[in-house]
Amino acid sequence: MAELTRDDVAHLARLARIDLSDAELDRMVGELGIILESVATVQQAPTDGVEPMSHPLPLTNVTRRDEVRPSLGAAAVLAGAPAVEQDRFLVPRILDEEE
Amino acid sequence: MTAVPTDPTRLTAAEMADALATGAISSAELTQAHLDRTAAVDDAVHAYLHVDADGAIAAARAVDARRAAREPLHPLAGVPVAVKDVMATKGLPTTCGSRILEGWVPPYDATLVTRLREAGMPILGKTNMDEFAMGSSTEHSAYGPTHNPWDLDRIPGGSGGGSSSVVASYQAPLAIGTDTGGSIRQPAAVTGTVGVKPTYGGVSRYGLVALASSLDQAGPCTRTVLDAALLHDVIGGHDPMDSTSIDAPVPPVVEAARRADVSGLRIGIVRELTGEGFQPGVQQRFDEAVALLVERGARVVEVSCPSFAYALAAYYLILPSEASSNLAKFDAMRYGLRVGPPEVAHPSAEQVMAATRDAGFGPEVKRRIILGTYALSSGYYDAYYGTAQKVRRLIADDFARAFETADVLASPTAPTTAFRLGDKLDDPMAMYLNDIATIPANLAGVPGISVPSGLAPEDGLPTGIQFLAPATEDERLYAAGAALEAALTDRWGGPLLASAPDLAPQGA
Repeated sequence: MAELTRDDVAHLARLARIDLSDAELDRMVGELGIILESVATVQQAPTDGVEPMSHPLPLTNVTRRDEVRPSLGAAAVLAGAPAVEQDRFLVPRILDEEE
Repeated sequence: MTAVPTDPTRLTAAEMADALATGAISSAELTQAHLDRTAAVDDAVHAYLHVDADGAIAAARAVDARRAAREPLHPLAGVPVAVKDVMATKGLPTTCGSRILEGWVPPYDATLVTRLREAGMPILGKTNMDEFAMGSSTEHSAYGPTHNPWDLDRIPGGSGGGSSSVVASYQAPLAIGTDTGGSIRQPAAVTGTVGVKPTYGGVSRYGLVALASSLDQAGPCTRTVLDAALLHDVIGGHDPMDSTSIDAPVPPVVEAARRADVSGLRIGIVRELTGEGFQPGVQQRFDEAVALLVERGARVVEVSCPSFAYALAAYYLILPSEASSNLAKFDAMRYGLRVGPPEVAHPSAEQVMAATRDAGFGPEVKRRIILGTYALSSGYYDAYYGTAQKVRRLIADDFARAFETADVLASPTAPTTAFRLGDKLDDPMAMYLNDIATIPANLAGVPGISVPSGLAPEDGLPTGIQFLAPATEDERLYAAGAALEAALTDRWGGPLLASAPDLAPQGA
């Protein structure tokens, strides 16, 4: 099994959009190493030819009639937003400043 | 007619329902008694993150008025209930024990909350929990731990330690919990209370803030088996808003709890979930409980579930994988916390998102999100998540085989009694081991109950026994649990909780 490095954890944190501090990264590398070593024991189970199970029940698609139903109004939906403008979610810039 | 003692909070929910029906007490009086109890003890216990005194009293008065007008009412109408802070409650804060949702007030009710309201049950407040239900002690709550009413220096279990201790400390007769790997059953075991994880799909997940969607299941936390059945009956049943909801009536759980009959019941002792790794007093009380059920007519068979050895490992791959995906929605854009990165003049949405998730999530949540991100990443997917899914199948197959010779399976619920706050906080793997006996049921989707089995001789703290049943056969849990409860209560001369310390002694 590949050893998890500090750079690996930093990369994973970036993928997960979590801005970890150096101290958090240092701690996380050690803890994740121990956890990974333990969970890797699944690879010792006799899983050859076993069908993966994603869900405890057989899943079937559920549809409803295509009818208009009441839904939350804009005021209710926006009430929890960090910032609002003109009845819309106000978000930070989504493009790089150079563009 | 039920006589109402000076302190109505000591009644069971079933007795409260009787007292309300006969007019011996009003819901407003009963609800106020619980709010008074909370005022007296919750500074010490910290079971609640939010108490809704005004809302609870208003709901109680409304049901009293309907009763006075002789309207038909649900049997539990007027009996108050506490709700774990992972369920969306319209108009009431819902934090999931996280800073990232501090102050968030959902614009809608979870389906099970709607059902509580429709039954006329006043909602007392929202109970504490490990952040996003990740933990076995409530120490991962961003708002501070809950304390075990049996010993305030010890953990109340987790993630639903608020819901277990709120009923154990008589602040509510009934509470809602959620169980992803044991978060209802393990807290019940360490607080001397009853907790049920229904069959996956038995209770709607609509409005339950998802941790791991294929494992999460809400259920009752109570002091008696019958009370759990009564609450299960309110919240269970089909919900078109949850695509995984089972389209069938609630199993006959109340009838089974009242019958409390184990004659001829085949109890399978899971070889892999006894003996080594279990505290001697926990094992001793388990063995005694099984012997007592045999006296009452049950039969014991030994079953082997060899793949359970891999359950913990599979769980800690599947859960973080699903959690990393589910928690991606906390992006600082539409609701919840938003903080900018320090020393950046015009941060981008991505930078704000990353800074917010660093500030808003605690260490355990970050650990699991990053572990899940790793397990799902290309190159590692087959070795980790893919293999874990195959182990999940092996575990479900083990259950199917075991249920060919046993009607229910039994094991101790948790390997130890309540440990001291802080003891396992710095050792994630040690914390994860608390769920060793409860996790297999979540992976397979089968129902489970934890019932008090006694006090461990070595430390005088509560121990729990777990029963597991095949999917949709939840009533078997209630039959076995209620029979054991009756037998043990006879032996003890009263309920186990009667020997818990008095948290608010007169004149103190």
